[in-house]
Amino acid sequence: MTQHNRAKSDVFVPTGKLQFGVFFQGVNSGTIWKAAESGSQTDFESFRRIAQTAERGLFAAFFLGEGLRLREHLGRPHALDVVGRPDAQTMLAALASVTTNIGLVATQNTTYNDPADLAHRLASLDLISGGRAAWNIVTTDNAWTGANFRRGGYLDHADRYRHAEAFVETAKRIWDSWETAEGPARRVLHEGQHYTVDVTPRLPRSAQYRPVLFQAGDSPEGRDFAARQADVIFSAHPKFDAAVEFRKDLVARSLAAGRGANAVQIMPASEFILAPTAEEAAAKKEWVRGLQIGPQQAVAYLEQFWGRELSEYDPDGPLPEIDPVVEETSETRGSGFHGAKARQLADQWRAEAKDKGLSIRQFVTSRTARVDATFTGSYSAVADQLAEFARVGAVDGFNISPWLVPSGLDDIVNHLVPELQERGVYPTEYRGSTLRENLGLETPVRTADETAEAVRAS
Amino acid sequence: MSTTEHTTEEGRAGFLAIELDGAGWDGGDFASLAEAVLAAESAGFHAATFADAPVPGRTNALQRAAYAGPVTRSIALVPEVDTVHTEPFHVSTQLASLDYVSGGRAGWIATAAESSEAAAAVGRSSVTGAALAQEAAASIEVSRRLWDSWEDDAVIRDVATGRYIDVDKLHYADFETPADFAGAGYSVKGPSIIPRPLQGQLPVLAAASLVGEGQVPADGVDAVLVTAPTPELLAAEIRDVRRRLGASVAVIAELEVVLDSRGQAAVERLAGSGSAADGGRARYAGTAAGLADLLESLLVEADGVRLHPASLALELDELSRLVLPELRRRGALRAPVLDGTFRDLLGLTRPASRYADSSAAIAAGN
Repeated sequence: MTQHNRAKSDVFVPTGKLQFGVFFQGVNSGTIWKAAESGSQTDFESFRRIAQTAERGLFAAFFLGEGLRLREHLGRPHALDVVGRPDAQTMLAALASVTTNIGLVATQNTTYNDPADLAHRLASLDLISGGRAAWNIVTTDNAWTGANFRRGGYLDHADRYRHAEAFVETAKRIWDSWETAEGPARRVLHEGQHYTVDVTPRLPRSAQYRPVLFQAGDSPEGRDFAARQADVIFSAHPKFDAAVEFRKDLVARSLAAGRGANAVQIMPASEFILAPTAEEAAAKKEWVRGLQIGPQQAVAYLEQFWGRELSEYDPDGPLPEIDPVVEETSETRGSGFHGAKARQLADQWRAEAKDKGLSIRQFVTSRTARVDATFTGSYSAVADQLAEFARVGAVDGFNISPWLVPSGLDDIVNHLVPELQERGVYPTEYRGSTLRENLGLETPVRTADETAEAVRAS
Repeated sequence: MSTTEHTTEEGRAGFLAIELDGAGWDGGDFASLAEAVLAAESAGFHAATFADAPVPGRTNALQRAAYAGPVTRSIALVPEVDTVHTEPFHVSTQLASLDYVSGGRAGWIATAAESSEAAAAVGRSSVTGAALAQEAAASIEVSRRLWDSWEDDAVIRDVATGRYIDVDKLHYADFETPADFAGAGYSVKGPSIIPRPLQGQLPVLAAASLVGEGQVPADGVDAVLVTAPTPELLAAEIRDVRRRLGASVAVIAELEVVLDSRGQAAVERLAGSGSAADGGRARYAGTAAGLADLLESLLVEADGVRLHPASLALELDELSRLVLPELRRRGALRAPVLDGTFRDLLGLTRPASRYADSSAAIAAGN
């Protein structure tokens, strides 16, 4: 009841607690593959070890990304970062059998999945895991990614959230359609600009009613979308002041969307570099950064924006004086790289690097390392820092990307979690067996009228 | 069984698969999913199959197989996955992932659903007749190319050059549906998003009726499921399929079983259930000893038999106590291999990637 009232409140009320998630990234430069302790990115044992360590540390959720197309660099698959990952839901279904409480979050795209099929598979994962499934909703629109799928590229960038919203509404109707434990289900019809769905759903509600919804977009449209549809936003603002601002913004958007001030939780992406003392942590950070952004990766980062090979440039020397050969950067390294004005950026960067006296490698490290997202320090100092986030309710928790697989959570679970528990800001047990219970989310029961209203609105 | 016996009997020793989602399975009790697959494994079954036909309450077959992966050691896990209303790229990566979570024990029963409901759910018009086999053939070809699109040694982790992968060992699949494709044509670029499956290629199974000239080509599958209306007709049907498809395709006979159980005769149980044989599938109803004789004779003709129990719990009990031990005693069953792959079970070697040694590596600037 308390949770229910809190969620409906017009005033934001901090819970005073934090929860952790872990993001097994799979494709990125943040995971170190060059160290002796770097394990396999595909063996089941790596996933089991991380998930079970997270569960030992009472983490709320285990996240996986979705692969739709391999990132490319100058026309060939990008060779320098960790790449190659399993299908998210297949891996999570397997992890369901070796874990008991942790939430299992699958990143899934609304563009290259069918709503009825995806809703069915997520409901299936939710049942198989005993009510622990979640969907991290993402959108993509480029035709380059579409080259792996039946429909190819069909969606305009401007339409992506409208499309995603209709998709999510359809999925919610599918999950809502099984009225009682015995069924039967209501038929769900959707006829929209991009797809048509006519389905009589086959799966009953799970122990947590339906999968929990995460959303990761950060644009104004993305935030509004999350405020209307999501239970948790996987944000990009872990630094204290930015996090407080983001909370205010999201509360306002949630209220505008007719939901309570506490309806949407916030879990920023983050990285932790911890040690017994501040000095040791700083040294560890040096080591981590050096392995995350090697000399080849630094040059390749610039090549992506310059649109040409720059291998003749010394990674420890200044930025290239020549200009990019492309007008705009492409999407082939992921959406974060897409559409930048290349020449303008190059000028700006050269000036910045010169000004600060940075080499190519130093400059790229300063841009790509999760400068904003990294908490570095002693266990107790970082615990103090996080306790302050909890006190003011800047975030509901952190979604942690370990920089080592499979041992990357050991420090956090063995040392940081106990410090947080001592400060009373971290759970000392799982509240329940479902993800919804463990996140403290209300059950999203909708009446038929509410569903009809939501359909009209979308 | 002694080593000598095993060697002498190996020529005709076959394998047994069990369908875990038959009439007796309610699909809703997931604690029982792990229990059921473990019971099948400890009974000595070589493979478990998972149905995906749209039955209310039934969860996704591939996810059930994945759930079973980490809790089992030797049994092959073989889900049905439809080829008509699914994305071939996703199907390929889901199956490759199943291979990873099961330690190389994954297979695929490729189905082609003729279903207006399934078509309406994804907003497409329904596919019928010869177009079904075209969809299946295309999806299987996409999966096979994507599974090969990373050569085995593509992940090099070469610290000196800073390369995690060797780009020369990754390949575009560049699949295009053929010109005579009846449905909406499509293309799949590749490479896959996951390295090559542990088995290289997962064994692909399909109903024998879907495979042959003008359908799914015989070299697209590793084994076919053969159906006949009665147990007596199965042997002739198996020989027929072998003649039609050649020796490279393994043959698995389909058999429904109802056994005398807990003081109740099989015929009484049948009368009580009122269920008819499913889709003309041969059914055995009777004693465990009679079933052992029938299976022994079928395994002379077929590489394996898949059993569809009337009640998973009841039949599995009788099968594990009476039928499988007897077949093992007669040398009719292959010994299950701990940590063996599904390919090992089918007697298939691990194939090289079709792209290995080719000069078709992705060219720079392509």
